[in-house]
Amino acid sequence: MHTLEPILAEHPFLKGLDPRHLDVLVGCASNVRFDEGAFVFRQGEEANTFYILREGKIAVEIFTPHRGAISIDTVGEGDVLGWSWLIPPYHWHFDARAVEPTRAIALDARCMRTKCESDHELGYELMKRFAQIIEQRLDATRWQLLDVYGVRS
Amino acid sequence: MFPDLFKVRQVRRETDDTFTLELGPVNGRGPFTFAAGQFNMLYVRGIGEVPISISGDPGQPGSLVHTTRAVGAVTNAMRALKKGDMIGVRGPFGIGWPVQEAEGRDVVVVAGGIGLAPLRPAICQLLARRDRVGKLVLLYGTRTPADILFRKELEAWRARLDFEVYVTVDRATAGWHGNVGVVTKLIPKAPFDPGRTLAMVCGPEIMMRFTALELEKRGVARQRIYLSMERNMKCGIGLCGHCQFGPGFICKDGPVYRYDAVKGLVSLREV
Repeated sequence: MHTLEPILAEHPFLKGLDPRHLDVLVGCASNVRFDEGAFVFRQGEEANTFYILREGKIAVEIFTPHRGAISIDTVGEGDVLGWSWLIPPYHWHFDARAVEPTRAIALDARCMRTKCESDHELGYELMKRFAQIIEQRLDATRWQLLDVYGVRS
Repeated sequence: MFPDLFKVRQVRRETDDTFTLELGPVNGRGPFTFAAGQFNMLYVRGIGEVPISISGDPGQPGSLVHTTRAVGAVTNAMRALKKGDMIGVRGPFGIGWPVQEAEGRDVVVVAGGIGLAPLRPAICQLLARRDRVGKLVLLYGTRTPADILFRKELEAWRARLDFEVYVTVDRATAGWHGNVGVVTKLIPKAPFDPGRTLAMVCGPEIMMRFTALELEKRGVARQRIYLSMERNMKCGIGLCGHCQFGPGFICKDGPVYRYDAVKGLVSLREV
């Protein structure tokens, strides 16, 4: 029987993870697909899943009354989507919508939170990986705010 | 050095604030040969002279092409030129992109904003000798979808099966379905072999600094990363000192530098 273990093991976000921890993740994982235009999650909803992206592209969007849905970031193959599941009160802060047909592995966040609470080594390992991503996105956001391609740059 | 006279053949609007100036020689002057990455000093009579990178195809020296942003008195006057107007040209100046050295290697071209213009001649040359380089990748980041330079050409390049083109914008607008985020985000997943890659980078200095760091992180050797620097070039021949950059002058020793030669300078507050 095929399991998701080899796919998770090869994903850049989880590469090098202890096989024991990988087994735990497999127990919380399932394959998902999103058609173009489908919402992965919406702002305000409970953040009970995060996604290991295998193929396609997801736009992280914010909806404004006058400008409609504005994409503020895109993630794709090799990326991970969603960290609000880690931080109480576990609600999504943005919308996420597939801009291309997308395949991903969904990880049940309630399951993951329970596992991380009972195995702090796993929790710390995941936290380190998420902290790196949060740091990269924060840097990128700061750079975007600089408006480096503007006339005064 | 006196400017040669050239006649304006066309002024083409690229984006809201950028335009392309296509010039042809007069007075029986022959083709204008240049190396990809070099720049000219363009003189608008009665207004002034500014350094502008050549954005044309070196394989078509009969037409001299520059693309720039209308940002000051001279470039605004240039944008207002009409077909048949005259303009003065001194050049070409400086050291260009290492197109010869790219042979046998993967090439990744990273452009930010108007920085795509000085890279366009190198891309044209690499495409003309496509069989002599490995993978060819363009990563282009710009402000908004409306600021995408050479949009039609980018679409044509992207349609080729032997050229990987990725575009990202810092700020999306409604209807944009492409990538959003800074250009460095494209580097970790771009399809090139870092061990055999040569990188050419042009854009705002802060973008080039982060790009070089990300390329190094991916495994591209520092000595195979090239950056195009920009300062206030005046004389073009290393005499006036306006474009001094460390111990040298950008007009003469650059504008294209190997990253390992300028790494210490690009992060200094004042050079």
